[in-house]
Amino acid sequence: MPATKKNNARYIPIFIGWSLLWIFIQWNVLLKFGLTETEAIVDSYISNILLGASCFLVFNNMKYYLPKQEKYWFIIAISFVLSCCWLLLVRLILWAIFKNDEHYISTLHQSSTVRFGFAFLMIGCMSTISLLWHTQRDILKTDEQQKEILQLAKDAELFKLRQQLQPHFLFNSLNSISALTATQPEKARHMIQQLSDFLRGTLKKDDHHKNSLEEELQYLELYLDIEKVRFGHRLQTVIDVEENIKQMELPSLILQPVVENAIKFGLYDTIGDVVISITAKKINDELEVTVQNPFDPETAQPLQGTGFGLASIKRRLFLLFARQDLLQTKTENNYFITTIIIPQAI
Amino acid sequence: MKCIIIDDEPLARMMVKEYLQSYPDIELVQECNDGFEGVKAIQQHQPDLIFLDIQMPKINGFEMLELIDNPPQIIFTTAFEEYAIKAFETHAVDYLLKPFSKERFDKAIQKSLQQKEKATTNTHELIETASQSAVQSNRVVVKDGGKIKIIPVAQIQYVEAADDYVKIHTADGVFLKKKTMQFFEDSLQQQQFIRVHRSYIINAQLITRIDPHEKESHLVLLSTGTKLPVSKTGYAKLKEVLGI
Repeated sequence: MPATKKNNARYIPIFIGWSLLWIFIQWNVLLKFGLTETEAIVDSYISNILLGASCFLVFNNMKYYLPKQEKYWFIIAISFVLSCCWLLLVRLILWAIFKNDEHYISTLHQSSTVRFGFAFLMIGCMSTISLLWHTQRDILKTDEQQKEILQLAKDAELFKLRQQLQPHFLFNSLNSISALTATQPEKARHMIQQLSDFLRGTLKKDDHHKNSLEEELQYLELYLDIEKVRFGHRLQTVIDVEENIKQMELPSLILQPVVENAIKFGLYDTIGDVVISITAKKINDELEVTVQNPFDPETAQPLQGTGFGLASIKRRLFLLFARQDLLQTKTENNYFITTIIIPQAI
Repeated sequence: MKCIIIDDEPLARMMVKEYLQSYPDIELVQECNDGFEGVKAIQQHQPDLIFLDIQMPKINGFEMLELIDNPPQIIFTTAFEEYAIKAFETHAVDYLLKPFSKERFDKAIQKSLQQKEKATTNTHELIETASQSAVQSNRVVVKDGGKIKIIPVAQIQYVEAADDYVKIHTADGVFLKKKTMQFFEDSLQQQQFIRVHRSYIINAQLITRIDPHEKESHLVLLSTGTKLPVSKTGYAKLKEVLGI
């Protein structure tokens, strides 16, 4: 993650500045204790550089190992151990350099407790900061993953909803083609062409893709042509679209399943010719498409009105626009009316 | 040998018609658009064989079969795979999945001819199971004089035994159907309908009052004003369903 690396780099000057501040403080304090200029500088540099290294070590370690339980004991223990090691090392190095200077050695000896306390606090602070830092980063990471998973699930669901092409439609169409091949091969070929175009449309991958009303109507026309071959004169359609709204947008392939539902409802619930009316209007800057089919209120099965076809369209609209009111149905006299509302991006 | 094609798609009928041309012995006497025409045509022509689609306007293929007294041999032709098992369990001659080939069609005809020789097809059994699915779909199809009536289950007030028939009482009148009480008891939704007596199954939604009557029996009053007897076991069932 390049962003995080950049973020980390931002803190390096602070870290160095902090170390320099303490080098300066320690140098001054040591001078007050009567050490020479050289001794004070060497001592404070060595102590603080080693301390800085210890802190850096703690921070880096936590990148790979983050205690999940007993966090505070872990911090205390690691600070204690590191401080001990640090003190030993500092004393060893300084002793090696100044072993002939008795005054210095005795000062070093006397200040060991203070030095240890100081290192313990510093490393303790650093490990607490590292712990919080890394925990925070983990949480962000999990959050991101969660979001990604949700998005994937949503995409998958949208894809599935759009893919719910009725297999019966396909098989019945193939049967019609089969029937046409012997007597009207030209018509059969034409229908194969239309069916292929229709299927190609359903295979498009992008679920968030929008089509203009014009494109959707063309696709719908393709579907209606196929259905009209299947059902002959029984199926008639009336399409009424305001001229100036053809460029309004709607989710791809949302119209066809609404019409398919209306056709099935109309054709299987009544006898005789069926007229399906499709109207598109612009209302309050939203696109409203109404599909109307006849039905018989006495025998209509209660389930059909909210059948699977419409439920999945409603779900799809909800996933895309986060609104539950975009698909509505009502009955008027002997007509069943489905309305979908498509909000337009501004 | 006479046959009838019942399918709502003209091209699907054309397909069968074309395949039938290689069988001069099989005479196609009529083509039907839907189940209503189908019932009439079957009564009129008494065919030996019918080609039957399942999804059709108003009443489906199974519901249509319920309305026929002496059903002929049946070959289902449909794009719906899901009814196949049921149809085979119940001795339909064959089940052709659209689109089907001439070879597959020939096989179905062979089967039909073989079965005709043996004459052992138990078509009644087919219809019994078939109609069970019809009731589970929330409606009952009956013949009302010359007409066919579709009764949504919710509109049934009560079902009464009458010899070989049952009487289905609704607000629109009483309809006869050749079925057993047991059949209706099994197939009507358990919650809404209760068999309160050997001869009665009532719609529990309509119960307004239950009164004691003679020893160990009760009378139930429906919101339609009808009073019906309740047996001892029927009363136990009522108590269980209504939670009293």
